Amino acid sequence: MADSRDKILGNLRRSLRRGASDETAATDVRERLAEHRPNTIPARATALDPEARIELFIAMAEEVSATVARVAGFEQVPAAVADYLAQHNLPSDMVITPDPALSPIPWQERPTLSLRPGIATGDDLVGVTGAFAAVAETGTLMLISGPDSPTRNNFLPDNHIVVLRAEQIVPSYEEGWTRLRALKTLTEGKFTMPRTVNFITGPSRTADIELKIELGAHGPRRLHIVIIDEPAGD
Amino acid sequence: MSDVSAAAPPVRVGLLVTCLVDLFRPSVGFAAVKLLEDAGCHVEVPQTQTCCGQPAYNSGDKIDTKAIARQVMTAFAGFDYIVAPSGSCAGMLRAHYPELFADEPAFLPEVRAFAAKVHELVSFLTDVLRVERVTARYDGVAVYHDACSGLRELGVRAQPRQLLRSVAGLTVKELAGADVCCGFGGTFCIKYPDISERMASDKVADAAATGADTLLAGDLGCLLNMAGKASRQGRAIRVRHVAEVLADMADRLPPIGVPAERR
Amino acid sequence: MQATSHDFKENARHALGDKNLQAALGILKRDFAGRRGAAVARLPEFERLRVEGRAIKDHVLQHLDLYLEAFEQKVVSLSGQVHWAADAAEARDHVLAICRAAGASTVTKGKSMIAEEIGINDHLEKNGIAPIETDLGEYIIQLRHETPSHIIAPAIHLIKEQVADTFRDAHIHLDPARPLGEARQLCDEARALLRPKFLAADVGITGANFLVAETGSSIIVTNEGNGDLTQNLSRVHIVLASIEKIVPTLEDVSTLLRLLARSATGQEFSTYTTVSSGPRRPEDTDGPSEYHIVLLDNGRSAMLGTEFQDMLRCIRCGACFNHCPVYGAVGGHAYGWVYGGPMGSVLTPQLIGVKEAGNLPNASTFCGRCESVCPMQIPLPKMMRHWREREFERHLQPTAYRAGLRFWAFLARNPPLYQAATQVGAALLGWSGRGRGRFRSLPLAQGWTKGRDMPAPEGKTFMAQWAARQKQRAS
Repeated sequence: MADSRDKILGNLRRSLRRGASDETAATDVRERLAEHRPNTIPARATALDPEARIELFIAMAEEVSATVARVAGFEQVPAAVADYLAQHNLPSDMVITPDPALSPIPWQERPTLSLRPGIATGDDLVGVTGAFAAVAETGTLMLISGPDSPTRNNFLPDNHIVVLRAEQIVPSYEEGWTRLRALKTLTEGKFTMPRTVNFITGPSRTADIELKIELGAHGPRRLHIVIIDEPAGD
Repeated sequence: MSDVSAAAPPVRVGLLVTCLVDLFRPSVGFAAVKLLEDAGCHVEVPQTQTCCGQPAYNSGDKIDTKAIARQVMTAFAGFDYIVAPSGSCAGMLRAHYPELFADEPAFLPEVRAFAAKVHELVSFLTDVLRVERVTARYDGVAVYHDACSGLRELGVRAQPRQLLRSVAGLTVKELAGADVCCGFGGTFCIKYPDISERMASDKVADAAATGADTLLAGDLGCLLNMAGKASRQGRAIRVRHVAEVLADMADRLPPIGVPAERR
Repeated sequence: MQATSHDFKENARHALGDKNLQAALGILKRDFAGRRGAAVARLPEFERLRVEGRAIKDHVLQHLDLYLEAFEQKVVSLSGQVHWAADAAEARDHVLAICRAAGASTVTKGKSMIAEEIGINDHLEKNGIAPIETDLGEYIIQLRHETPSHIIAPAIHLIKEQVADTFRDAHIHLDPARPLGEARQLCDEARALLRPKFLAADVGITGANFLVAETGSSIIVTNEGNGDLTQNLSRVHIVLASIEKIVPTLEDVSTLLRLLARSATGQEFSTYTTVSSGPRRPEDTDGPSEYHIVLLDNGRSAMLGTEFQDMLRCIRCGACFNHCPVYGAVGGHAYGWVYGGPMGSVLTPQLIGVKEAGNLPNASTFCGRCESVCPMQIPLPKMMRHWREREFERHLQPTAYRAGLRFWAFLARNPPLYQAATQVGAALLGWSGRGRGRFRSLPLAQGWTKGRDMPAPEGKTFMAQWAARQKQRAS
């Protein structure tokens, strides 16, 4: 196995006519990795003020068949979720990730809602999660794995409800990466990736049969996004 | 007529007739001459021209291609411009001769200088000579097929449509899939006739679906292919080279594939 | 996978006569090009992104060894494992060993062209492990014992009636009278059947659209979510990736991701773009406990530094397939191996030899539509021509064809001879064809006249007429 590694790297260096100890090339690589400079970022989202950015996110998300509800504060979330369930004739049993960002939600306001904190199973019809960020450019949610956010909760439930604050909406993927790097460096002293970063743009779909788009292939059939205008840390 | 000032010395153009025009439809060559002369050019036709070298080039025979290319560059030395009524032949000289001689750095500048003088006919009229309209009449409804090399190698798209709009009596409709290959592809139609035929069939069906009575293009290879397919299918659509219409010569010769007695 | 590329002509003839296939291809031709065009029109920066994407890949290729080492280092630091495979056999061995060590009996698979390239399904089956395709298109063709016909939409060659028949034949425990006339019903059936398989699998195998050196990550881009269920639910996650998939940073991969979905399906972004880095962390409550990446060479390192290097920029978007009139006429199976369309026509001779796959780069009109839509600006026709050059050097073309071409070139290099020959030809054909204006059949030209008429020449060549005219004007 070490043979193959050497063989492959040796082939590459021979093809590139470069010795393993070429300092310029090594420096170029090191610097590019360290700088991680962004390339062109489309003006579509960056040129907008925060309110317009939120509106763009909503428009793009709706375009890909996600549904969006906007509420003033955490107090309105239980009602928004209850309305959504009623609208789609869904039962009130939900699995919810133990995400601290969701803890301000006063679920007791809607006692008929039944929430099971933890990991989703293949039978869950409704799952509630938070998100790390949301990208206005394409109406894309950014979710990261962690002890309080198991990845399978984003995929197993038939209906996925994501609750996040408006200030989590960023213009571009690049801004999302910047925030992730900042968070990880803050909490762990250096930047390492979580096991999974999910960029989710609308509910699951396929066009594998005659190019006709059908929603709900293997992942959630529906994606509902609840945006809370109230900023954090009041 | 063009806006070329009568006082300036006439632009010296070497006409690259192309082997297909030479062999199958010389009238296209004469139409090209007329258009160029009407625009104030002095046109010469070097007698030692034969082929641009594309069949050899696309078959991987670089040695023969280079020999032919050198011959072409010698035959056409000293002109202000070299013009061909074909996007694929003009593209061969303009885009591919420099690629062909990329491994001869000493010769390459000369090749590049030559290539820069090569143009497809219609785009030469509009882009270099600034011809904005022609004096011609053609009663009918036409669609225009964008031959691939002209379109993608030389950017020929708006120019023929612009000049056709000035032809009296002519309505130009847009062809769905105008930029999709007709299936000629030079040696391709001989190597893979079944696939080529299907592509030609699709193209001709698209043309017929517009209700147009005339199908135009700037490359005789495409035109022979499309005309041959249309005629085999018994379709009435008339196929011509765009130069014939622009030069007001359509009444002098039958459409491609139609005998001289019938019109 | 056993190649039938040498039978391309026969495959193509068969494909042209296949009514179901032609109906399916009609849908592809109509829909795919329009969707990409609309997405591109919506993003003013698209052309600039193409240039940047190309530059990113070119930079990586120039430093490929260094980026691979950096990537490996990062993966290992996250407790992932990297396996280097020089060829398909080694890659198969690695995968089997990992599955055996995991005691796997079932393995779920996300869509992976590398998996096709190395023939992993057959290999696992022969060794008593059941691979289960989970991408809907791949699932369908697995049931049909077919291979993918498109790198993005593997079952695109089928109409929905064929899919329904396949499901009826395969899902025998379900009510035979159930309705399966709509894509909705077919999707729901597959969803219900595959859900338990995801949950029961011991190992999940995915491909990788990109690898990120900065973070030691692999990225999959899907719309269904099957790749995510595959790689998240089982204990062991194996990633199959060829070495040129690597990209320097998260910012660089963001640029390429902007190009990918738009070029492939006309979407702004695929439904699921997932960045995976190593196995689960100690504090995670789900995720695989093992992460393996198999890095495959299988001919890529041999392309670096050659006239085929640019092909390594390919991000497998499929835009070239969707815009190619030849692919649109014959579909993917005609190409006879894993990769079809224009990118397959360049890559296949490299991977399985130009003797076996020579038809592919020859079955092109060089229309250039592929290159015009390639997000990485790969000069596909140019590289197909290079394959023809290699064939010419090695005398691999049919003798009659080569002889005809050399004869034409001989004439072309002899102007007086050329003009004499063309004058005779024009006169003969012009004279014999003048009555009808065209030929329904011509000796030596059956390829043409089988399906087309040959318009008759006017009778005298231009050069002869011009010479006569000049003479007349001089006198």
